Amino acid sequence: MFGATLLLAFREIRRHLLRSFLTTLGIIIGVAAVITMVTLGNGVTASIKDQISSLGSNVLIVFPVQGDRGRPRPFKQADVDAVSRQIAGVVDVSGSVSSSVTAFHNGQSWRTTVQGVGNDFLRARSVEVESGRAFTNEEESAGKNMCLIGPKVQKAIFVAGSSPLGENIRLNNVSCTVIAVLKERGEGGGPDQDSDNVVMVPLKMAQRRFTGSDDIQYFVIKYDSAYASTAIQDSLVGLLRERRLLQGAATNDFNIVDTAQVNQALGAATGALTAMVAVIAGISLLVGGIGIMNIMLVSVTERTREIGIRLAIGALAREVQLQFLTEAVVLCCFGGAVGIALAFILSWGMASAIDVPFIFNPVVNVMSFLFSALMGITFGYYPARRASKLDPIDALRHE
Amino acid sequence: MTPPEIPLIELEGITKTFGRGEAAFQALKGVDMRIERGDFVAVMGPSGSGKSTTMNILGCLDVPTSGIFRFRGVEVQALDRDQRSLLRRRYLGFVFQGFNLLARTSAVENVELPLLYRGEKKSERHAAAMRALDQVGLAPWADHTPAELSGGQQQRVAIARALVTQPDVLLADEPTGNLDTERSIEIMQLLTRLNGEGITILMVTHEEEMAAFANTIVRFRDGLVERVERGRRTRREEPA
Ligand SMILES: Nc1ncnc2c1ncn2[C@@H]1O[C@H](COP(=O)(O)OP(=O)(O)OP(=O)(O)O)[C@@H](O)[C@H]1O
Ligand SMILES: [Mg+2]
Repeated sequence: MFGATLLLAFREIRRHLLRSFLTTLGIIIGVAAVITMVTLGNGVTASIKDQISSLGSNVLIVFPVQGDRGRPRPFKQADVDAVSRQIAGVVDVSGSVSSSVTAFHNGQSWRTTVQGVGNDFLRARSVEVESGRAFTNEEESAGKNMCLIGPKVQKAIFVAGSSPLGENIRLNNVSCTVIAVLKERGEGGGPDQDSDNVVMVPLKMAQRRFTGSDDIQYFVIKYDSAYASTAIQDSLVGLLRERRLLQGAATNDFNIVDTAQVNQALGAATGALTAMVAVIAGISLLVGGIGIMNIMLVSVTERTREIGIRLAIGALAREVQLQFLTEAVVLCCFGGAVGIALAFILSWGMASAIDVPFIFNPVVNVMSFLFSALMGITFGYYPARRASKLDPIDALRHE
Repeated sequence: MTPPEIPLIELEGITKTFGRGEAAFQALKGVDMRIERGDFVAVMGPSGSGKSTTMNILGCLDVPTSGIFRFRGVEVQALDRDQRSLLRRRYLGFVFQGFNLLARTSAVENVELPLLYRGEKKSERHAAAMRALDQVGLAPWADHTPAELSGGQQQRVAIARALVTQPDVLLADEPTGNLDTERSIEIMQLLTRLNGEGITILMVTHEEEMAAFANTIVRFRDGLVERVERGRRTRREEPA
């Protein structure tokens, strides 16, 4: 009996294929939107998490901002040294400056960023070398003309297959020996635009030859995970306010960013986005459901005679009801299935377009499908009930 | 089995009023009728005299406004909708005035329909439907849809559908109303043969020529039974 009812529902849908498709468009769009957004959201979150973890965990970034007295005041090496000496729990701390340069080698040139850093910076930001080595302490403190180049720089100015180690490159008019090629980190990775297109040199050398001052643009701190981020931040604020002579109600003229907080903020942002999409999808599904109800009512009217015949030859009211309910559910499931297929294509395409991983979420897919079926029951109930309530004689007379 | 003294169908003072108040119209004004098992009854009377209304009540499709309708001793007017459906399913075959087959559905599937609601298996449904179609001589047309069949053929499909459940009673409201004389006589011969096999037949007709196949004629006028003529069968099934 149920098999036959199901078969009948399929046949009825096939009979009005275009109409069925148009009817379920709302559900198709709703389901596709929900699944696509969840899948993309997962991908974006995963990729952000990846980037954050590439920033390193337990890392604080400190940079000057405008305070009560005009322009931001840069930090000096003395500040970095004070942090290193006076704050408990700090493991690595290093200042950084950067400047745009053109790198030359063998007649090739390439726009890149030169970044002055210390060895602590490499550890704090977990910058790894693909080949070669980091600075020695002596090279660092003397500010020797040594550099670590990003993989994009290597690709741009070195012949493929040749080792850049030991070669001299020119940054603007400063000659510099390559001691390492950095590991590829992918897009993003911090306040600098592209962590693969960078030339890292000792901080002192960058200050001397490129920025021309002993200012530090920002510094990074890696702290012991046994210490709370807030505790470190509190003592950091105290120390820096003292060093920068901020008293009373004067606002901080520097900012401390915790990578974990960035993580949370991004999570909140994607959460808000997901909520918005959920609302839109909900509206779309509601409209779709009303469409289903409408078309089922039309179908009941169109098939009044058929209903009359069925009732007259002995169908029970609930059997007629089941037939129409099944039809609505099958219709909605059909919409749900198309929506899932569409979402798969959309999210896969969009994920590769915006370069985030495609993470198939089985729970969302199954839930969406079940929800479609539920919509069929919800919005098919009234039309089915109406069909079952028809009087057989009136229904048979219906033209 | 029903004890022999209980008639198959018994109507006592059946009335039927359509509408309410000013617009109320009494279509049946106290119909009494007894139909015995195995009878072949023709219901006749002028248009609007209440024949279809009576048939609908006998077919358990409708309930009387007042009066008693006993079917196999059971008082039908006291049953609810689903119970009447089950009665139809089990004991009754109905041939409607306008064929009333499902469009775009093959003859055999139309005939299978009542068995579907009896919960029979697909293979059994199909076999029984083919037997019923064979009985009405339409087995070769089993896969044709109503649109591909003539009026007479459609009516025979409708009869096959009424037969397929092996009902006790076959109710036919003007089964030949839309057919020419030759086709009508074919249908009458079919009904006579089925009656010979033990099915009680009630048939509405306007034509004396068709009523001549029946054993009993009930004449209606103005919502009342005017006259009952018993044992007057004048035509017999003729070998085809
Ligand atoms: N649903 C209804 N609502 C109102 N009046 C009805 C309804 N059904 C039947 N009637 C009226 O009841 C009377 C009897 O109708 P019925 O259909 O039983 O006549 P009939 O004898 O079958 O006529 P015909 O030979 O034309 O088929 C008619 O006057 C008809 O108008
Ligand atoms: Mg009539």
